[in-house]
Amino acid sequence: MTTPSAEDSLRPIVVAALTLGVAVAVFGATFGVGAVAAGGSVAQACVMSVLTLTGASQFSAVSVVAAGGSTTAALGGAMLLAARNGVYGLAMSRIITGSLLTRLVAAHLTLDETTAMATKHPDRRQQRAAFWITGATVFGFWNVGTLAGALVGSAIDPADFGLDAAFPAGFVAMVAPHLRTRRGLLAAVLGACICVALIPLTPVGVPILCAAAAVLVGLPLPCPAAETDP
Amino acid sequence: MTWTLVLLLSAGAYACKVLGLVVVGSRRLPPPLERCLLLVPAAVITALIVKDTLSTGQELVVDARAAGVGAAAIAAWRRAPLIMVIVLGAAVTALVRRVAAGG
Repeated sequence: MTTPSAEDSLRPIVVAALTLGVAVAVFGATFGVGAVAAGGSVAQACVMSVLTLTGASQFSAVSVVAAGGSTTAALGGAMLLAARNGVYGLAMSRIITGSLLTRLVAAHLTLDETTAMATKHPDRRQQRAAFWITGATVFGFWNVGTLAGALVGSAIDPADFGLDAAFPAGFVAMVAPHLRTRRGLLAAVLGACICVALIPLTPVGVPILCAAAAVLVGLPLPCPAAETDP
Repeated sequence: MTWTLVLLLSAGAYACKVLGLVVVGSRRLPPPLERCLLLVPAAVITALIVKDTLSTGQELVVDARAAGVGAAAIAAWRRAPLIMVIVLGAAVTALVRRVAAGG
């Protein structure tokens, strides 16, 4: 990154990633507190955060354990939530190319945050930069947050500050560029409908997985005029 | 919490990611499926937003989060920067929650 223009184009990506990082750290801390409260050790909380790096799955596993559920029950729900990262991986494989080692490292960072941040950019170079910068930021903040939470315990309730809405709010901003095409909007509306319909009927995690079926609106050949930004 | 859970979840979560990004993702897919993959973030991230905003466990609920995320959506549509969208979403949620609690 030697030219000023390259630095300029990276700055918004870094600022956005750090913004998200603050929210990630708060939730990492919440996870650390919850994991220790559920009878886990500080080491178990930290190892899970480093190796799993999937907040929703970790919260789900810990809440089942805290409620007295078995390891199998905890694993089942958490894996249903983790499975969506496989769908993200499929989409991100068009952006993240390179050696096998690069892709194996990238796989660990294939998450809601990195997928959303990368795909909101139109240009391949910015997509890759957003993926790696967001991935590194989430990894750092999530793990520091977990350690702090596990050591210090609960000091604040994130809900008091509306932080439980920080992630959906952030994702709204990240998904917005996708909704400016007719087909993206259609996929989003359909995905949302599938999710709402299934939430009361199926275990946590299943509605989001099933919402991926909405991408099938991409099957017919696009009508070029309809795909341009209005 | 057991080490078995920690390690199995870690292995399982990583396997999902590798399956998508490396195993299946490195193949060339027919063009109609490639067009579908471009729509994954629109469909799945939107579903995630809906789940995080409108549900608690398996229950559909409309609470302060809906107001906060609604405000965030308007800001995002007006192309506000990410930091503003996140802060607005959290602030409106906290405010509505406090007012609703009668505080």
